[in-house]
Amino acid sequence: MSAETLEKVLVKKPAEQLFSKRRKKLITDPLVDENPVTVQVLGICSSLAVTTQMQPTLVMAISVIFVVALSNYVISIMRNTIPSRIRIIVQLAVVATLVTIVSEILKAFAYDMYKELSVFIGLIITNCIVMGRLEAFAMGNKPYDSLLDGFGSALGYSWIILTVAFFRELWGSGSVFGIQVFDFISGLIGDDFTLATNGLMVTPVGAFIILGLIVWVQRTKTGYVEH
Amino acid sequence: MQQSNTYIIVYSAVLTIILGLLLSGSAQVLGPWQQEAIALDKKKQIMGAVISAEEIAVMTPEQVNQFYSNNIASTVVDINGEEITEGGVTAEKVEVAKDYKKPADQRAYPVYIFHAEGNPNEVKSYIFPLYGAGLWDAIWGYIALDTDMNTIGGITLAHAAETPGLGARITEGEVQARYVGKQIFDESGELVAVQMMKGEGKDYSSDLHKVDGMSGATITGNGVNNMLKAYLSHYEAYIKAKSSQSAVAGL
Repeated sequence: MSAETLEKVLVKKPAEQLFSKRRKKLITDPLVDENPVTVQVLGICSSLAVTTQMQPTLVMAISVIFVVALSNYVISIMRNTIPSRIRIIVQLAVVATLVTIVSEILKAFAYDMYKELSVFIGLIITNCIVMGRLEAFAMGNKPYDSLLDGFGSALGYSWIILTVAFFRELWGSGSVFGIQVFDFISGLIGDDFTLATNGLMVTPVGAFIILGLIVWVQRTKTGYVEH
Repeated sequence: MQQSNTYIIVYSAVLTIILGLLLSGSAQVLGPWQQEAIALDKKKQIMGAVISAEEIAVMTPEQVNQFYSNNIASTVVDINGEEITEGGVTAEKVEVAKDYKKPADQRAYPVYIFHAEGNPNEVKSYIFPLYGAGLWDAIWGYIALDTDMNTIGGITLAHAAETPGLGARITEGEVQARYVGKQIFDESGELVAVQMMKGEGKDYSSDLHKVDGMSGATITGNGVNNMLKAYLSHYEAYIKAKSSQSAVAGL
């Protein structure tokens, strides 16, 4: 087969550096220019749902990084054996297995987080970023590159949801990582001074507003226009 | 690449077996830790009704177990408030979630008794489990009544799948603190429990039977209301019996 001979030729070249320029781009591209949330507009559902507070958002981000990077890696290893007619099912099976393992680990070692994130860990399976990266990248690239690509995409998702969560928790609950910031500031200025929290930020509407502002700032800077 | 049907069938079968083994393997390996986490979580919830969440948060698992065995006794009663002794039933073994499916008069009702350290006779409060339905899935909790069997000493609430940031706020100390000091019987001795109201930010400090609601989570709030009313009425016979006892002791 032509694909195999092509790969053999490639193997004879000197090995590419562990973090060559091309590979660094795999990680850095999804952070801003190809950001899965703000540019590709994927994974919106969970960015609205889990971002009311920083701590669960961080656990969610770590879980997504784990699942996306590893499923990209595993699927890329299997990519030449997967029958094309059932490839989506195979991808889903692998993703679902990884997500279940994450959920089981959380249940054993971080039971409080497991309770708080409840359904959203399970819903990583349906996160469009996972399937998107598998179809667009892992099915056609080597394992290590796919791992980096998955890591980069999940990182792009993570910093967006953490930013959204930061502003939502700060304005909605007056705290960051559960530490009361508004009370502290009020205490510094005087007894008569209180900072009011905004209930809108706790609802999904707040996430839309913050997300919209991030997209606006980002597109002003990069000059990205949708075609 | 087009593969034969046989290849596809064998491939999916092998994949299913491998993934299945991985999953059952991880469930097997992690099982004991999960059981421990669940048992510990239950103790923390029971304790949460009588001591603050901040105190529990800094406790190590060993300290939680120790506090529990030194300060909490338990018994099981039926709907008439009579103690169930036969059959080796213990409060810790009763699964409120499973009993919930039975008719109310056939359930076993555990009671946890919070007492002074090492002295089960010096009762500080009685803790009753709660179980009901929230918006998406089950909600449950524990409510502590002071020895007057009327004033709420504390409450813990938990949920399976309420919306984070909205209904899931029932697990927050700030929401639970709204119940402390409220009363479950009105002046005529009728059980009215405590209602969580719609909307948030109103002051209900003068009303003994109402607490401020959670904005955006009215259905979860109603679930809590129904749960409180239902379980307190299941325990009513026991509560009444205990309150008349303490009234006699008070004379």
